[in-house]
Amino acid sequence: MKRRSIVKYAAVAAAMSLGLTACSGGGGGSDQAKESGTVRVTLANHVWTEGIKAAIPEFEKSSGLKVELTQLGEDQLSDQYNVKLNAGSDEIDVMMYRPLQEGKAFAKNGYLADLTKNVSSDSGWDWKDYQEGPVKATTVDGKVVGVPIITEREVLYYRKDLLQAAGLQVPKTMEELEAAAKAIKASSPDTAGFVARTGKSAAVTQFSSFLYSFGGDFMDSNGKASVNTDAAKKAYAYYGGLIKNYGPANVSTDMSWPEAMAIFTQGGAAFYTEADSLYKNATDPAKSKVADKVGFAALPAGPAGSKPYNIPSWALGVNQNSSNQDNAWKFIQWATSKERTLAAQKAGVPGPRTSVWSNPDGTSTYPKDLADAIAASAKNGVGHDRPEVVTVGKAREIVGAPIVATITGADTAAAANDAQTAFQTFLDSEKK
Amino acid sequence: MSVLNPPRSARTRRAGGPAGAGGNFSAWANRHRKWLFAAPAMIFVGVLIIFPLAWTLYLSLTDSQGSVRAATEFIGLQNYLTVLSDTERFWPAVGRTLAFTGVALAFEVVLGMGIALLLWRPFRGEKWVRVAILLPLVATPVAVGMMWRLIFDPNIGFVNQLLGMVGIPPQPWLSGQDTALGTTIFMDVWQWTPMVVLILLAGLTSLSDEPDEAARVDGANAFQRFFYITLPLMMPTVIVAILLRGIDALKTFDILYATKGKGGGSFHEVETLNVYAYGLSFDYNQYGLSSAVLILFFMIIIGSMWLLTMRKKAVSK
Repeated sequence: MKRRSIVKYAAVAAAMSLGLTACSGGGGGSDQAKESGTVRVTLANHVWTEGIKAAIPEFEKSSGLKVELTQLGEDQLSDQYNVKLNAGSDEIDVMMYRPLQEGKAFAKNGYLADLTKNVSSDSGWDWKDYQEGPVKATTVDGKVVGVPIITEREVLYYRKDLLQAAGLQVPKTMEELEAAAKAIKASSPDTAGFVARTGKSAAVTQFSSFLYSFGGDFMDSNGKASVNTDAAKKAYAYYGGLIKNYGPANVSTDMSWPEAMAIFTQGGAAFYTEADSLYKNATDPAKSKVADKVGFAALPAGPAGSKPYNIPSWALGVNQNSSNQDNAWKFIQWATSKERTLAAQKAGVPGPRTSVWSNPDGTSTYPKDLADAIAASAKNGVGHDRPEVVTVGKAREIVGAPIVATITGADTAAAANDAQTAFQTFLDSEKK
Repeated sequence: MSVLNPPRSARTRRAGGPAGAGGNFSAWANRHRKWLFAAPAMIFVGVLIIFPLAWTLYLSLTDSQGSVRAATEFIGLQNYLTVLSDTERFWPAVGRTLAFTGVALAFEVVLGMGIALLLWRPFRGEKWVRVAILLPLVATPVAVGMMWRLIFDPNIGFVNQLLGMVGIPPQPWLSGQDTALGTTIFMDVWQWTPMVVLILLAGLTSLSDEPDEAARVDGANAFQRFFYITLPLMMPTVIVAILLRGIDALKTFDILYATKGKGGGSFHEVETLNVYAYGLSFDYNQYGLSSAVLILFFMIIIGSMWLLTMRKKAVSK
């Protein structure tokens, strides 16, 4: 008797659990679901995240909500989104994402909730306070899908001591930069004149400012590929040539910012162009051997002037499938408030709010020359630093190819022509 | 009462007893218990192996991209045609996958056999030596990749600094277009030879001493005894080692991704099929194409394993 009932219960339990799985697989049911008191927030490992993490108890206290934080490295974060959002998961409420990398794809796939009403609903929070470039980057097809949290511009990092020893001025033009890099490499062969990212895909964002300053762009105003124009070819030859001729010995073609930054902070290079938001790596004595010798300047001017990118590298969005969208918005509203943005900016995260930049307190913790460089860059900056397409990863590999070709000594013009053909084919395939 | 004996009471009740639906169900459950007990395992296999495989096969026949939930069109074998005619990324990746596996396996088996022979006979300090040899095996492949990446760094890496001390100019190692694949093979050999040693050592210790002793009496030297006695007897074990390690080496991902990143480097120097498929789905979001690559990859693995199993049967006879 006993044995039989065990079998019976086991069978019923098995049938039940199968049935339940089938149910939960079938329904997202976000409409009927109730708002939860727990906001699930997924963030990238970043200086901004460190600041917000420390302040979360403050938010929990004032709002009565509980925050469940997941923190991941950039690539892992991207993979997580690919898997979870693809599966229509409602496990994420607030998500930190890269507007220029994933924004278009996410919006197209319907992963991001429309926040247009939310951003205009609270005048105290003030959406109008946001800089134009960042706002453009988080607006897709007229809908606001994210709130920018960090902005970046490319600036010139340089070594004051090396310039002084060589009797050189801080370069204002691309020609002066090349001459200075050449002079330093010639006087001390162990020190590179110039270093920057070299990885095919990684270098694209930093190369973009050079491209604009030479008068080019990845696409023309009609959305056609334009990476083999004269301006683009000159820019490729210039950027790749600086690294090839005056870069570190045995330079690899896989460097992203950690590797390039390491060479600069170990004292291996005189000039380095990189995002301003990474400046603490160079000025923090715990991370940099040359912390007290680093100077900053705006990107030197090319034939078309000094045109660095000015972009929001990260933003906060709300998962379209989340059943907790109101509370998710409450979190974003708090995390991007004027006070929090000021606090983050003082901790070294350049923010997207105009009011914070015009507040002397907002730049009080920045090296004076860096604050000046940022101010200059924000004025004439370009709102993107990579091709504005859906499959950014593939586009970056295509337009980055001439950079590595030049570094390895191949024919720049031929590589640019190949890239042009491949990029146009790619753009056509995206339109289908 | 033993579970294996059908209860008489259940049978009699089925004939019209007062137990109702519950009784009928337990009778049914008892009759089908060999299925019921196997059900969890079958569900497991179905959910975790057959379903993903079937789904991948289905995706490979569609133009799925962007989001897997987006509307897709059934396009037949188009993806396979695209992939098979792709001489820029796919075929080089096939070549690299086979080269990586072949070269790494050859080194691992030869080195593994050598080390296993050295460890075969008891000696003083044997335990310590075994622990030292097994150390690479317990490290996480991603950590191993990161570690070697630092060691092989062209500018600040330990290896180039060491070479510099003896006057040899710095080498590109991981950063060179021609040297990167070789360097990653070296890492794989470093990490996985111990596993081959373990398998071969187990085979060696289970060999009987008699043929070896007989050959010794007949005056055979060490090399003759190894090549004519030990090696033929060890062949089944060697093939098992090749099988186990071969499957693993074919699908190596962590070491390659940790050292060279997406796309296997700026020139796809170390892009194997696995790295390629990963890039297609996670970087390009081309799920149809990526699935086609994975199905072809799956067929390559099944094919080579089938060949090896045939070979094992032949030598075991």
